[in-house]
This record gives sequence, C-alpha cells and structure tokens, in this order.
Amino acid sequence: MSLFWSISLLFDIALVAGLIALALHVVVTRDGRGAILAFIAFGLLLGIGWARLASVDVALTEAAIGGGLTGMLLLRAHAHLARHAAPPPPVAPEPRRWLVPAIACGLVTLALTAVVLAFPQPAPSLAHQAVASLETTGLGNPVTAVLLAYRAIDTLLEKIVLILALVGVWSLSRDAAWGGASQLQPAVVPEPLVFLARVLPPFGVLIAVYEVWVGADLPGGTFQAGTILAAMALLVMLAGLRPAPPTQARALRVMLAGGPALFVLVGFLGVAVAQGFLSYPEAIAKPLIVGIEAALTLSIAGTLALLVAGPPDRAPEP
Amino acid sequence: MGLADAFTLVCAVAGAILFLAGTLGLLRFPDTLSRLHALSKADSLGLGLIVLGLLPQQASLMGGVKLICIWLLAQLSAATASQLIAGIAARRKPQA
Repeated sequence: MSLFWSISLLFDIALVAGLIALALHVVVTRDGRGAILAFIAFGLLLGIGWARLASVDVALTEAAIGGGLTGMLLLRAHAHLARHAAPPPPVAPEPRRWLVPAIACGLVTLALTAVVLAFPQPAPSLAHQAVASLETTGLGNPVTAVLLAYRAIDTLLEKIVLILALVGVWSLSRDAAWGGASQLQPAVVPEPLVFLARVLPPFGVLIAVYEVWVGADLPGGTFQAGTILAAMALLVMLAGLRPAPPTQARALRVMLAGGPALFVLVGFLGVAVAQGFLSYPEAIAKPLIVGIEAALTLSIAGTLALLVAGPPDRAPEP
Repeated sequence: MGLADAFTLVCAVAGAILFLAGTLGLLRFPDTLSRLHALSKADSLGLGLIVLGLLPQQASLMGGVKLICIWLLAQLSAATASQLIAGIAARRKPQA
C-alpha cells in the first residue's frame, strides 16, 4: 500500500470518527443550541464525506441544505422557543430510561450493517444505463439527467412538497398577520452584517446562475443554486436593507408556484408531442430541461428563504 | 518531482501547519477575542497558502482563478463572522 493510500485511509477514518462523535453529541447533549451547532458541523463533515465518495452533487446539496439551511431553520426555531415557551420541567433522571432506545437503535444499526454487507458483488446499479442514455437528454451530468429526465416525477413531487411545507409554515401565522410579511431584521443590526449584505449578494447571484448553467454537464443544479439565492435574500433581509416581501404579493406567489407549474405544463406537453407524461421531445430536451431548472431555481430560492423567515407576523398593508 | 510539485508541497504543508496552530489556539486560548484571533489567522493565511500551493497544479487558467475567488470569498465571510462574534463578545464583556 503506497503512502498516498494510507494517508487517505487515515483521513477517511478520522472523518468517519468525527461524524460518529458529532452524531452522538447531537443525540446525547442536553443543550439545544449546542446540539444544533453540532448538527451544522455534522452536515458540513457529511458533505466532505460525500465528496470523498466522488458524489459532488450530493456533497454540495448536503453542505448547503443539511449544514446551512436546516441549521438556520433549527436555530430560528430554538430562539423562538426560548423567547415564547416556558422551559420544560426538569425530568427526573430514570436509571434505565435510555436502555430501550439504545437497544432498538443498536438492533437497527446491526440490521443495516448486515444488509450492506450482504450486497451482491458487484452491487446492483443502474449507473451504466443512466450514462448510456445520456445522449438522448443532451445533458452531460448523469445526476441532472436522473433528476430531470429519468425520474422527473420524483423531482416534481419533491418541489410540490416544498411548497406544501411553506403553506404549512404560513398557516401558523395569526389571522391578523395572514398575507403580511415576516419581521427578520433584529433590533440592532451589526455594522459588519450590513457590509456583508451589500458586498456578497452580487457574487452570490453570479455563483447561483453559474451553478444552474453548469449543472447540465457538471456537478451543480437547481437545489444548490436555489439555496445560495435563498441565503443571499435572507442576508439582505436580516441586515435590514430590504424588508421581507408580504406573502400576499402576487409576484412572489407567481415566482413560488412558477417552477412546479412550468414542470407540470411541460409534463403534460409530453403527452401531446412525446411519448407520455414528463417525457421530452428529444430534439429540444436540453433547452426544456434548462428552462425548467431556471424556473425551479427561483421557486426553490423563494420557498427556502420564506421557510426560514417563518410565518408572517406583521399585518399586511391595506 | 518537479519544481511546481515541490512548491505545492511546501505551501500546502505550511498551510496545514497554520491550520493546526489555529486549531490549537482555538482550543487553548483563554478568551473569545484571542480564540477568534487564532481562528482567523488560520482561516486567511492557512487557506491562502493552500490555495497558493494548488495554483501550479491547475490545468487551466480558469481553475486557478476559481481557486483565488474561493479564497477571497472565504476571506470575506471569515472576516465578517469574526467581527460579528467579536461584537457580541465585546457587548457581554464580563464573561468574555
């Protein structure tokens, strides 16, 4: 075994050990905020793990969604709970309270290990077919081809679930605030945050456009780009440079529904001009896919930003 | 091993050592501000050295430009985050 391989093996072992340690910390710690911060670190490490497995698309998504956006959602929820809810009564320590969950988790882990070790060699894989048919989609990135061509129905439903989640969050608002905007700006905005919110967004938008465009042929795509756009929008709103948009604004709602709506429309078009629902005519497959991706990116960006912004808490202006 | 590879090796190792020193400082320094100091040194100089070391390994000019852009973005975010944390630490001075 060469020096290079032993060093990368060492790195992988350290990575896995860090992941397991962080996961245990998230579960065991009593400090909610600390658990969330460890969860964010876990997401970033997991992203590195996916990159080590050469799944750069998954790595980018994990770092952006698992580490960044979910972490911010959880932090905001935690801060909200700390402000509004009474702290839970201290639980009397029961000696064997942890025993049953620990045994159950251990059994699940053992079963999963057995399943993974029992995979036939070579593992069943559709990767070969996915790459072989790549030509008909006009794309170069097999991951994008799976997401937007071979398994487009899954992607479509995923986006609709996101919109439903946003409707769920909005419906938590008080009746008076329905259709209004969320208050994101803190009472005192620190100067460096304003600076960052002025400098970073142009670059963020550029990187997001690049991600969508390059996603057709290389790692990248709608979810990563949408998350970057959402982060830029949140930065601007948190720094108080622009208020959060009122959720009843027509332009906003068109943007949110636009991506999935276009997807469905193109899907039904497939029935008329191609082989069926969500199949694209081969000649214009790539422009169609890139168009859907662009609309989806805007929808995802809006949905994610508004999910983090939370339910509207200011009454709409008449 | 060519000159470019030697340059990469020296720079990347120096960067890694800086990261190690920064981590050590983060763990060992007594208060928030000096811990931040250690961290931002590792972030800016350590990452800078690693990027510098990787530049000769790039096949195209674009790759190098992207690496430098990543370093600049990391600089911007690290500096801002340090300022924000330092501001909070300064406001709650007593237990800083």
